[in-house]
Formats: sequence, C-alpha cells, structure tokens
Amino acid sequence: MDLPILSIIVFLPIVSGFALLLFPSERRDLIYRFALAVAFICFVLSIAVYIGFDIEGARFQFIEKYDWLPDLGISYHVGVDGISTPLVLLTGIVIFTGVIISQRIDDRPREFFAFLFILASGVFGVFVALDLFGLFFFYEIAVFPMYLLIALWGWKETREYAAMKLTLYLFIGSVVALVGALAMYFEAGIGSFDMLALEQINFSLGFQQLWFPFVYLGFAVLGGIFPFHNWSPDGHVAAPTAVSMFHAGVLMKLGAFAALRVGILLMPEGAAYHFPWIIALTLVNVVYGAFIAMNQTDLKYMIGFSSVSHMGLVALGFATLTYDGFVGASLQMVSHGVMTALFFAVVGMIYDQSHTRQIPELGGLMKVMPFAGVAFIIGGLVSMGMPGFSGFIAEFPIFMGAWASYPLVAILAVVSIVITAAYVLRAVGGVFFGDIPENIKDHMHDITASEKLALSILAVVLVGVGVLPGVMVPMVESGVAWMSALLGGL
Amino acid sequence: MESYLLSTILFSPLIGGLLLLFLPGANKDLVRRAALVVSLVPFVLTLVAWFGFDAASVADGFRYQEQYTWYEAINSSFHIGVDGLSMSMVLLTTLLTPLAILASFTIEEKPRVFFFLFLALETGMLGVFMSLDLLLFFVFWEIGLVPMYFLIDQWGNKKGERELWNGMKMASRRYASFKFMVYTMAGSLGLLLAIQLLGVLSGTFDLIVLFQTWPDLNVTILGLDTSQVKAIAFWAFALAFAIKVPIWPFHTWLPDAHTEAPTAGSMILAGVLLKLGAYGFLRLVLPLYPEQAQAAAGVLALLATLAIIFGAFSAYAQDDFKRLVAYSSVNHMGFVVLGIAAAAYAAGTESATIALNGAVLQMFNHGISAAGMFFLVGVIYDRTHTRDLNEMGGLFPLVPVYGGLLILTSMASLGLPGLNGFVSEFLVVRGAWPIFTLFTALSMLGLLFTGAYVLKGVAKTLHGPLNEVWKGKLTDINRRELLVMAPLVLLMLWLGFWPAWLLDIINQAVVAFFG
Repeated sequence: MDLPILSIIVFLPIVSGFALLLFPSERRDLIYRFALAVAFICFVLSIAVYIGFDIEGARFQFIEKYDWLPDLGISYHVGVDGISTPLVLLTGIVIFTGVIISQRIDDRPREFFAFLFILASGVFGVFVALDLFGLFFFYEIAVFPMYLLIALWGWKETREYAAMKLTLYLFIGSVVALVGALAMYFEAGIGSFDMLALEQINFSLGFQQLWFPFVYLGFAVLGGIFPFHNWSPDGHVAAPTAVSMFHAGVLMKLGAFAALRVGILLMPEGAAYHFPWIIALTLVNVVYGAFIAMNQTDLKYMIGFSSVSHMGLVALGFATLTYDGFVGASLQMVSHGVMTALFFAVVGMIYDQSHTRQIPELGGLMKVMPFAGVAFIIGGLVSMGMPGFSGFIAEFPIFMGAWASYPLVAILAVVSIVITAAYVLRAVGGVFFGDIPENIKDHMHDITASEKLALSILAVVLVGVGVLPGVMVPMVESGVAWMSALLGGL
Repeated sequence: MESYLLSTILFSPLIGGLLLLFLPGANKDLVRRAALVVSLVPFVLTLVAWFGFDAASVADGFRYQEQYTWYEAINSSFHIGVDGLSMSMVLLTTLLTPLAILASFTIEEKPRVFFFLFLALETGMLGVFMSLDLLLFFVFWEIGLVPMYFLIDQWGNKKGERELWNGMKMASRRYASFKFMVYTMAGSLGLLLAIQLLGVLSGTFDLIVLFQTWPDLNVTILGLDTSQVKAIAFWAFALAFAIKVPIWPFHTWLPDAHTEAPTAGSMILAGVLLKLGAYGFLRLVLPLYPEQAQAAAGVLALLATLAIIFGAFSAYAQDDFKRLVAYSSVNHMGFVVLGIAAAAYAAGTESATIALNGAVLQMFNHGISAAGMFFLVGVIYDRTHTRDLNEMGGLFPLVPVYGGLLILTSMASLGLPGLNGFVSEFLVVRGAWPIFTLFTALSMLGLLFTGAYVLKGVAKTLHGPLNEVWKGKLTDINRRELLVMAPLVLLMLWLGFWPAWLLDIINQAVVAFFG
C-alpha cells in the first residue's frame, strides 16, 4: 500500500487541531462539524487499517521508516502488528464517538477539540511507534493535553486537584520508564532506538533484573496498577465526558501496551524474574478495585474503580507469560476500552440532564432514555464477564493463562466477577429502574439521534466480538504468535 | 434442512424475539400473537426432530450434530447435538415456552420487551441442553440468567418490600431478582474455574472428546495429585448445579424468585430452569467424574432426602399459595437428585439404570406439573389478587372447572397412580432402594408429607366454608387459560397411562450414555 496510512492517522488529528485554532471562535457549528469530519476520517482510516491487516502476513505491516535524528539513532518508524491494530481501531472508535457526544460543549469548543485531537495524535502515535524515542515522544504528547482538558473543562469541584494529580503521577511514571529506556539504549551499544533492533539484543540477566521494574512499573502507572492507581478514578471523575471516554477507554491502554512493548518484549527474562510479585499487585487491582467500586455511590467513581479492576486483568494476563494470557489481555484492552467509553458516554448524557451522578439521586431513567439504558446494560453485562459479550471472550483466556502459571491467582481473581455483577446490577437498578425522583423529573428527556449512533457503534463492537470472536481473536493471535516466537515460546 | 435443524430450533426464538421488537408497540394484541407464533416455530421443529430421532444410527449417540468454528484460540467450537436425554428436555422447553407465552397474554406493561426476553431465555435454555462443548455449555448456562433477572425485576410482583439491614428497604421483586442472579453467578464461579482448568489440562472443550479422555487423564496442579484435583473440580461442578436444582441447603433463592416472578416466569423457572441443574449432573458430572461422583453419592443422597423431607415440611408451613408450590419444587427435585445419586453410586447396574430413567422422567414430569401448578396459582391470583390461602376457601362451587383442574394437577404432583408423577417417582424409588435403602425409605415417608401439603393447598382454596368476599366476584377459568392447561393435562394423563413413548427414548440414551 503506497498511501502512508499510519502517518495520516497519526498526524491528521494534531494538524486539524492546530487548524481548528484558526477558526473564528463564534462559529461553533462550523467548529463542531469540522471536528466531527476529522474524527470520522480517523475512524474510517482505523477501520481501513484493521481490514487491510493481513493476518497471514508479516509481523509488522503498513511500515514507514524515515531517518529523523540519524546521529542519535532515532528514526521515524511506525507499523502495526496483530496487537496494536485492534488498539488503533479502538482509538478510532473512541475519538469518533467521543466527538459525537461532545456536541454540547459550550465553553470554548474550539480549544477543547484542538486539545482532544492533540491527545488523539499522541495515542495513535504510541500504538504505532516502533522506535523507542518516538514512543516516548508520542506518550508525552498524549499526557500533556489531558492536564488542560481536565483542568479547564472538568468538573468544577475537583478538576484542579485531579488534573495535577494525574499529570504528576504520569510524568513521574514516564520519567522512571525513560531512565530505564536510556539504560537499555546505552547497554545495547548499537546506537539505535529502534525497538525491532533492541528486541534482538539479549540483555544480560543482571541488567534485565535490575532495569525491568523501572520500565515496567513506570508505564504500568498509566495502566493503573496497584498501588499507583489512585490518580485514575480521580481523573475519570473530574474529566469532561469525551475525555473520560478517552482516558479510560484508550489512555490506560497506552500504559499496558507500552509496558508490554518496551518492558516485557525487550527484557523478557527480567519480566520472568519479577512477575511473581508483580502478579500479586495485579491481583490486588482486580479484587480490591472491584470491592472499592462496589462501595461507590458516584457513578463515575464506580466506573473509575471498575476500570482499575478490569485493567488489573490486562496486567494479570500479561504477567502470566502464557499464550492464552497474552491473547486474553490484548482482547481485554479493546473490550474494556469500548465498554468504559460506553459507560462514560451514558453517564455523561445522564449528568448533562440531571446534574447529578449519585446513584441514590437517580432512578427510572429507562422510561425517558431507554436507548441509553439498554446500552448501559450491555456495558454492564460486558463488565461482569457475561458470555455472549466481549468481556467473556477476553477474560476467559486470561484466567486460563493464570491457571497454567499461577492457579491460586485464578481462583482468587475470579471473585471479582461476582462482585462486579453486584455493583453493576445495583447501578442498573438504581439509575434506570424504579421511579424518577421528582426534582429531576422535568429535566430528563431522551437522548439525541447522534448520541444513539455513538452508543450503537460502541455496543455493536461489544456484542460482535462476544458473539463472533473470530472477527478479532485471530488477529490478536497472530500478534501473540510472533511474540511467542520472539520470546522463545510462551 | 436436517443438517441445520438444531441450530434453527436453537436460534429461532432469539431471532424471532428480536424481530418482535420492531413491531408497533401500541398494538399489544399483535405483539402477543406474534410472540406465540414465534414460539411455535421451535416447537414444531422439535416435533420434526423428535419423530426423526433415531439414536442408534450414530456412533456416539448424539443426533443432528453441527459443528462450526467459534473460539478457535482456545479450541472451543460451536458444537451441538442431542441424545435422548437432551431431546426430552428440548421437547419440554419448546412445549412449555408457547404455553407460558399464552399464559402471559394478560401482560400489559411493555409486552414487546417481555416476550423478547422470554424468547431469549428459551434460546439460552435450549443451548444448555444442546451443547456438546463445555465452554458453549457455560455460555448458555450464564446467558439465561439475564432475561430471567429482568423478567423478575421488571414484571414481578409489584407489591411488597423486603427489610434489609439498618432499616433499609428494597422492593421484594428487586431483592428476589438480585438474589437469584448473584446467588447463581456466585455458584457458577467454581464451575467457570473448573471449566478453565479442564480446558488448560486437556487442551479441548469438546465434550465428545472429554468424555473419552478426561476420566482417565492424570493431572497435577498446585502440588495436588490427580484424585485431589478431580475431587475439587467435581465439587466445583456439583455446587453450581446443586444451586440450580436446587439441592438443600442451597435452595433459599428459589422461594423468593418464584414468589416474585410473573406467572409465566415461574412456569419456566420451575418447568425448565431447575432442570438445567439436574441436566448438568447427568450430562457433565456423572460422565466426567465417575469416581468422585461415586464417592460423593452418599452425601448427595442424604441431601436429596433432606430436600424431600424439609421441602415438604416447608411447603406445608406456607400460607402463601405460590410459596407452597415453590417449596414443593424443592421436594420434587429431591427425587431427581436421589435417582442421580443412586446411579452415581452403583453405575452400570440395573438399579442404576432404573433410577436414572426415573430421574430423567421425573424431570420431565415435574416440568409439566410444576408449570401447571404455577399457572393455576396465577389464574386464581389474577382473580383474587391474593395468594394468601387463609383468605380463600370454599371456592369450588364458584369455579368448578378451575377446581377440577387444580385437583387433577395437584394429584399429579402428589404422585397419584395413573398420573405422570407416580411412574417416575416409583422408578426412582425402585432403582434407589437396593442402593440407598435407608434414604429411600425416609424419602418415601417424605411422600406422606407431600400428600399433606398438596391437600392443604387444595383444601384451603377449594373446600371449607366459603369466604363470603368472593361471592359473585370470581369467574371460572376462561378459554385462553384452558388452552394453556389442556396440553399439560393431556400429558399428565398420557404419561401416567403410557409413559413408554418417552421412556423408550430416555432409556436408550441412559443405556448408551451411562451403560
């Protein structure tokens, strides 16, 4: 394929973001339509990459490589494999649906969409980067707009606190990871940041044992690993809807993805050495996160902590260092991304109308917004790992991987499923059934057609992957198979 | 056509249910009729399958097999097929669903969604009976919970509150549906783990393969040896199914769920859903864990006996008619478990075969009579708006036809010779007697109490002094309701006089599968 499709996906949003700033600020309609068009193109291109990816083909496809700073061994090198392709699709889905439901942003929409697009470029960039420097570059591009988006457009009560907390956590994490990455660069001695070249270096065991925790945990902070997860629910709650969707849906995956790509793949022996205790952390994520979620009355906090729990399953899957675990964890990234995007979208719609997110203050919304209710229920069923939905397809192999390596972990982690069921049912019952409280009754109305479209796109993915795992699993498997070969068998 | 027969039966309710959602919601009559028509499709196709059923013609005993790629990454495929055991359960399901839908014609609230959930539930239940893949079994096993949860939660009994801790209150139907869902899901966690373990250790989920390989496979994990691992996996399976049956003491979700469920929901809950648990024992536990099942048979038999006795006592103690019938399910399903326990203990013997035949027949029979009983309770509730037995009394002269049907169904439930319940309970007792003499004897004593509570129900509603409130207010059973009861009554009589048509097919499967 001659079209540099990945570069277009990566740079289209950021260029459009800057272009948006040139628009006259009072032309809100025009700004929104332009943003929507850009997001739609990203969405279509990400589908094109997904369909164009040849499962039988090479490990990395759509490769582009140009020298950037040749003296330092830095190049612009991008490509996607069977694991990053679904994540690119996920990002395309979330940016499109996120922009759709942001129609009612009335505070400086121009700047809002500009920052959102810069964020999207950063996220796309991390997923396709094959150069370590490029990966960090895009990673920072993704983190920085988050601060502004939350601090300026967030929930007034906590936005400054949450934005600061999030940024500090993530920057510290990435600095720690960067130190590890530089150590690898110098240890390798080939004068290159190219990850495919670094994969071939067999770092000494001692080096790996020393540096793996830096790189892995540095990135895993963004993946919400216990005990560094605390920034995440606060960030979710404070962020405006589209940013929450991005944050939980895509941004947390960056952490898990980078931890896999830079940590596990470059230092597999270090991973094997440290995972026995790291898996204990992920277990805490999974079970403790679910318990905390059950204790929340604020819908956004509930979903925030459920993300901690579900992202724990991703980390757990990778930490099993098994084929099944890798397949499951990769699927879980997509499944969870779409699911939380759906959750936050619905919660945003409710909050816009009712101005409350407290479960006890809501009720009976099925009567006024049945479409949103059904979508939320689908998300809930995914969340509790109900068969027939993508969550089950993703979680089942993770547990099989855990059985194969740490049986006890599988047995303990499974408790989270029933706890999840309990809090999901409670939220569904409390928000959508019963009677609508008098004080919000007059404010509530059905969601708009475009909002329904956004929710439909998300729900279709969740059900589609759940009923026909063949639409995504073979692609993920091809990615995992290459990794397995690289690591000498999983 | 034959090659897609099963998958058509399996998915026609779901697809038809989805189509229902596109009908105009205002025209409730149209929705109801359409739902009925949709539910008749799988029934008719099941009859086609039933009459074309010839188990001897295939090597592994499963007819109409279909297999498609599904979840290749973990070696699970969409593999379905039926033997006599599953065939009879499929027939029960596809027969009861149209009747339950006909019984729900009075539903005024969101009938489209109601019938959609009902039909989705049918697909879930049929899937469990047809699955020849362990993972697929679990998929359908869990998915059926969702529609049932919403049926109870949304269309359940509107009245009533349940006091929780700290003076917190909750609508009864919400409490019941939540308990049903979480109880069953929690029970299934062990099953889920054990299925994963099986998959990891054997590398396949295909049941036809697992039946051959798993019982002899040597497995070690976590430093435990084969027998310990299998014992743990066995208990994980057994617990999940025990909760569903339900076996005493895991039955407490059942009276709540039944009491709050809409009439049709109770019919299906008692008629089919409880059978899923017993079916799990027969299809998975006995063949996969013959040794462990044998070791645990005594415990199972004891619990079954307790279920029979306590179930009967509890039923007798109820003043709520629906709760009485709900506890009677615990009592009757006890016989199914007793038969299974006996067969597990003495696998391969003639008594075991008889007990198994009895257990499967009892599953079918209880499905028929429990659905009938719940429907009749619903009929009287629709008229009196109370289920309190003390507020009824002497209704026989007011509703003579209804009274006759109630007595007949009660007698079938009680096990009167000549009606269906007698045959199956006799077979279970006959089969179990030489194996667990004491437990069987106690269970037969339990039958006395069965008689007591059944008669209590009949006497309190129909006989005694007429409660004057109802004079002139009650109408007899109407034509639609008669239409629901007619097939059930017919089957009660037919199975009582000539059970061979069903027993032959069951026996064939039992001999082939457990022989």
